[in-house]
Amino acid sequence: MTQTFRIENGGFINKDKKLSFKFNGKTYFGYEGDTLASALLANGVHLIGRSFKYHRPRGFFGAGVDEPYAVVQLYRNGETEPNIKATEQELFEGLEAKSVNCWPSVNFDIGAINNFLKIFLPAGFYYKTFMWPKSFWYRIYEPFIRKAAGLGVASTKHDNERYEHKYEYCDLLIAGSGPSGLASAYAAAKNGARVILAEDKPRFGGSLLTSDVNIGNQSGKDWAEGIIAELKTMPNVVVKNRSQIFGYYDHNMLVMSEKVSDHLPSTKKYHPNKRLWYIRAKEVLISSGSIERPIVFGNNDTPGVMLSSAAKEYLKVYGVLVGRKPLVFTNNDSGYETAIEFKKHGVDPVVLDSRKNPESEIIDEAKSLRINIKYSYVVVAAQGYKKVKSADIASISEDKKQLGKIENIQCDCICVSGFWTPTIHLASQSGNKTKYKEEIDAFIPGQSKQNEITLGAANGVFSLDETLKTSFKVGSELSKKITKKNNEVAIPNVVEKKSSQHDKFWCVPLPKGKNYKRFLDFQNDVAVSDIEIALREGYRSIEHVKRYTTLGMATDQGKTSNLNGLQLVSEIENKVVPAVGHTTFRPPYTPVSIGAIVGREVGKHSKPTRKSPMHEWHEKNNAVFVDAGIWLRPRYYKKGNENLFEASKREAKNVRTNVGVCDVTTLGKIDIKGPDAAELLNRVYTNAWLKLPVGKARYGVMLREDGIVMDDGTTTRISENHYHMTTTTAQAANVLSHLEYYLQLVWHELNVNVVSTTEQWAGAAIAGPKSRDLLKKLFPNSDVSNEVLPFMGYMEGDLFGVKARIFRISFSGELAYEVNVESDYGNFMWEKIMEVGEEFNIQPYGTEALSTLRIEMGHVAGSELDGRTIPYDNALEGLVSKKKDFIGKRSLHRSAFIAEDRQRIVGVVPLDKQTSIPEGSHLVKDDKAPLPNPKLGHISASCWSVEYDNPFSLAILKDGKNMIGQKLFAMSPLKNKVIPVEIVSSHYVDPKGERVRS
Amino acid sequence: MLYINCPHCGMRSQNEFSYGGDASVKRPEINKEVSDQEWDNFVYNRKSLRGKHLELWQHISGCRQWIKVERDTGTHEIFRTFKADEEVA
Repeated sequence: MTQTFRIENGGFINKDKKLSFKFNGKTYFGYEGDTLASALLANGVHLIGRSFKYHRPRGFFGAGVDEPYAVVQLYRNGETEPNIKATEQELFEGLEAKSVNCWPSVNFDIGAINNFLKIFLPAGFYYKTFMWPKSFWYRIYEPFIRKAAGLGVASTKHDNERYEHKYEYCDLLIAGSGPSGLASAYAAAKNGARVILAEDKPRFGGSLLTSDVNIGNQSGKDWAEGIIAELKTMPNVVVKNRSQIFGYYDHNMLVMSEKVSDHLPSTKKYHPNKRLWYIRAKEVLISSGSIERPIVFGNNDTPGVMLSSAAKEYLKVYGVLVGRKPLVFTNNDSGYETAIEFKKHGVDPVVLDSRKNPESEIIDEAKSLRINIKYSYVVVAAQGYKKVKSADIASISEDKKQLGKIENIQCDCICVSGFWTPTIHLASQSGNKTKYKEEIDAFIPGQSKQNEITLGAANGVFSLDETLKTSFKVGSELSKKITKKNNEVAIPNVVEKKSSQHDKFWCVPLPKGKNYKRFLDFQNDVAVSDIEIALREGYRSIEHVKRYTTLGMATDQGKTSNLNGLQLVSEIENKVVPAVGHTTFRPPYTPVSIGAIVGREVGKHSKPTRKSPMHEWHEKNNAVFVDAGIWLRPRYYKKGNENLFEASKREAKNVRTNVGVCDVTTLGKIDIKGPDAAELLNRVYTNAWLKLPVGKARYGVMLREDGIVMDDGTTTRISENHYHMTTTTAQAANVLSHLEYYLQLVWHELNVNVVSTTEQWAGAAIAGPKSRDLLKKLFPNSDVSNEVLPFMGYMEGDLFGVKARIFRISFSGELAYEVNVESDYGNFMWEKIMEVGEEFNIQPYGTEALSTLRIEMGHVAGSELDGRTIPYDNALEGLVSKKKDFIGKRSLHRSAFIAEDRQRIVGVVPLDKQTSIPEGSHLVKDDKAPLPNPKLGHISASCWSVEYDNPFSLAILKDGKNMIGQKLFAMSPLKNKVIPVEIVSSHYVDPKGERVRS
Repeated sequence: MLYINCPHCGMRSQNEFSYGGDASVKRPEINKEVSDQEWDNFVYNRKSLRGKHLELWQHISGCRQWIKVERDTGTHEIFRTFKADEEVA
């Protein structure tokens, strides 16, 4: 016995292709073209989950994006995804889904006890109850609430699916492929405009799929199919189904999520799961249609109560009867359309119309089909627990306050129609100030803010004839402005039935002595009584009411509940609805996968990876890499079973005793050319630059305008008007922007050009007492003696046929050189250095050894130049010119910067000469002082001194100048360490700097 | 995302640019004595305007030029853009 609710003929599904699927472990069958919802309904399954708060049984309420109930956990191809709407999920072979928010099962849910305790769980219950004692929150309340709450479980596995981003531009972006979307797209496309037409559902056509209308002598659906087929052949048009435009951002930028693979059992090779489109549109046409709203009555959340439009859609699109004894409860003509559809398929509905004597063509048709209609009648309450079994109905007085005698009639579903709410989300996100349209009891877009126009039902126009006329015209006129073409499109003839005025009635009063829950918000279990409590407790702003009661929150964002909530607040507050206003519509319109938002930028692709030309050599030689910004640098080269500490010690020691080579390609390099280059440097750096001769390098420090050190590095005068600046690896991009800022905006009189050459040069630092011997062999044709190439000297050389730049500069504090060659020769250079250096016991060294070498020399780096220090703090005041002006100089006069006890760099050695001091430790006078213990300074960098074979650290210390010799404590609460230390000079090794000049 | 008309390259999305603050701030001339107050105003004091604001952006992933953008900080509307050395009337 399967699919007993599927009708023989009808529906746009493919009955030749049967699909099997599982729900809560049980196997069912459906057809290709079904959604999970329609397939379950075809099998008579109405119980799909439990409600959020009271764990009441939940069925299906809608047939699309507005669905508040049918949220499931989906299993597909070994992956799982929570919060999937069964009404949107297309069926595929092998689909598996489970109910959420129920335990142990959807049929027997222990949490349903909340339903009987509901008197204790009114609005704000959690806020009021779990306030105190405070200590109970983490231990008791929060874990309890967490366990009880939630709509699904996120997978903890790595997501193997791929998500893509796409950037697109168009003349007209059209959101929604209903009649207004199709007409405007067609007219614009005919004028040659670049059009993107997006439809969130798998099928195009919107309301035309289910309405009984005739356009140009065809059914609405056939007309829609014809238009789509033609649009698809046009090169200037992109037509996308399964694509939801969910966000309208600044400057007509819209974001669309395309479900590429969700309807398939598994994602095809090379295909993404979802594609996120960033679309910049000249004009946006919002044809997002409208969503039917419910009428509020007792137990209106019972499975089997659903929107009348949804019942019609299940029947027309999927060939599924949502019941065999339907009761239609309506305040307008739409309910009749559903009733007529039932009748046509041999099912006898009963229609309850809250209106007294409505007259229209549709009602006439219903009458002629002999449908049982009761006027001035309402549903008072649904009866049945897991499924509607009957309904209590009653006549209602004209003022809608008095109910007549309550009767009970048998039914297995209640199809409810409380008229239509335009989908104004996108217009509102664009900044459009919405306005209330009394005629339809709903908000529609007002004055456009960006280039956006809302058409059709989304604009509160429910006549097809009027919608098509306007839409053709708008599509044609907007495109004409852009393309200057004017291809007239004939507007087809429309045959539709006229409707009568709807009833301004949205909530059935409670009968005397009855206390039915009347739900406004179905996903969050917000009942009429909850709103009443919130208002009684003094909440007035609709935004506050929303947050206190959770009305309109959760995954459906109140698509079916917002307006009725406003109606209620306005009624209690005795205000008109527009005075209450609506809550802000924010993107996304519907939930979007985080994967789609992140796109391809995951894992190691979350940022680009930069590698030096010598990277492969490092890899082959057991380098262990470290991230330096987006660069990968060798941290150390592992020999045998060495760890980081042992390897870096060996490498650093070898530099101090023999010679080492370090890849310094990552240093920022900026080429500076022009007659005013020296003047620029003179203004940018704190020291004097006008007299630097050609062939010499100089170390410089640059400040921000607030006097804080920005960066340091050496700059070399290559020729008369040509300088080569180096920056730290981390600041390379900022320094370039900094120079460009001053050249372009502040001092455009300076004739200088700057350009980044970081990637053009590969660099190798050769350091150690034997480095000159090595250099002699590398450059046999050049005189690299101390006389010809002294400290801070520069020359060009010939490295076995490759042009090289040789700088005599040193970061390690040893006799050292930096050799640069064009990047493509980087590896050649490196291999030559290693080959020739073998006789000098050369070893490569990584950033860890590099740090050790610079720390024990007291050379500052990023950990001292941390955006909080001035030159004095780094013992660099000797480089600050008193004679000339430079960027940031004026700030150095600030009183804090010239204070007597200003912080300053010092060296720190543990008294036991054993314990390494964790970086970031605070220096304090008294380790036993009560908290907060006054901090005197912090450890900025730590190493194991290879010179003295004991730990050594640098610190920035208050009054550091006068602290040498003092005994303090280094405290690291994070590492739980208290280390007695002595303050020493930051120049721990070779304080006179003799080695670099040797 | 803003859509900025780079005077050198044309319409480009915001993610090609980086923001550079108030464009009406003028750096005191180099080598010129300035009072504490003047310097403070230059370095620190900025108005947080709601409304039309002249600001700096650098077309960092494009032509690398600094440009001036006249933008409404409340609505994000961009009125005009200027080259770095163009005087704003």
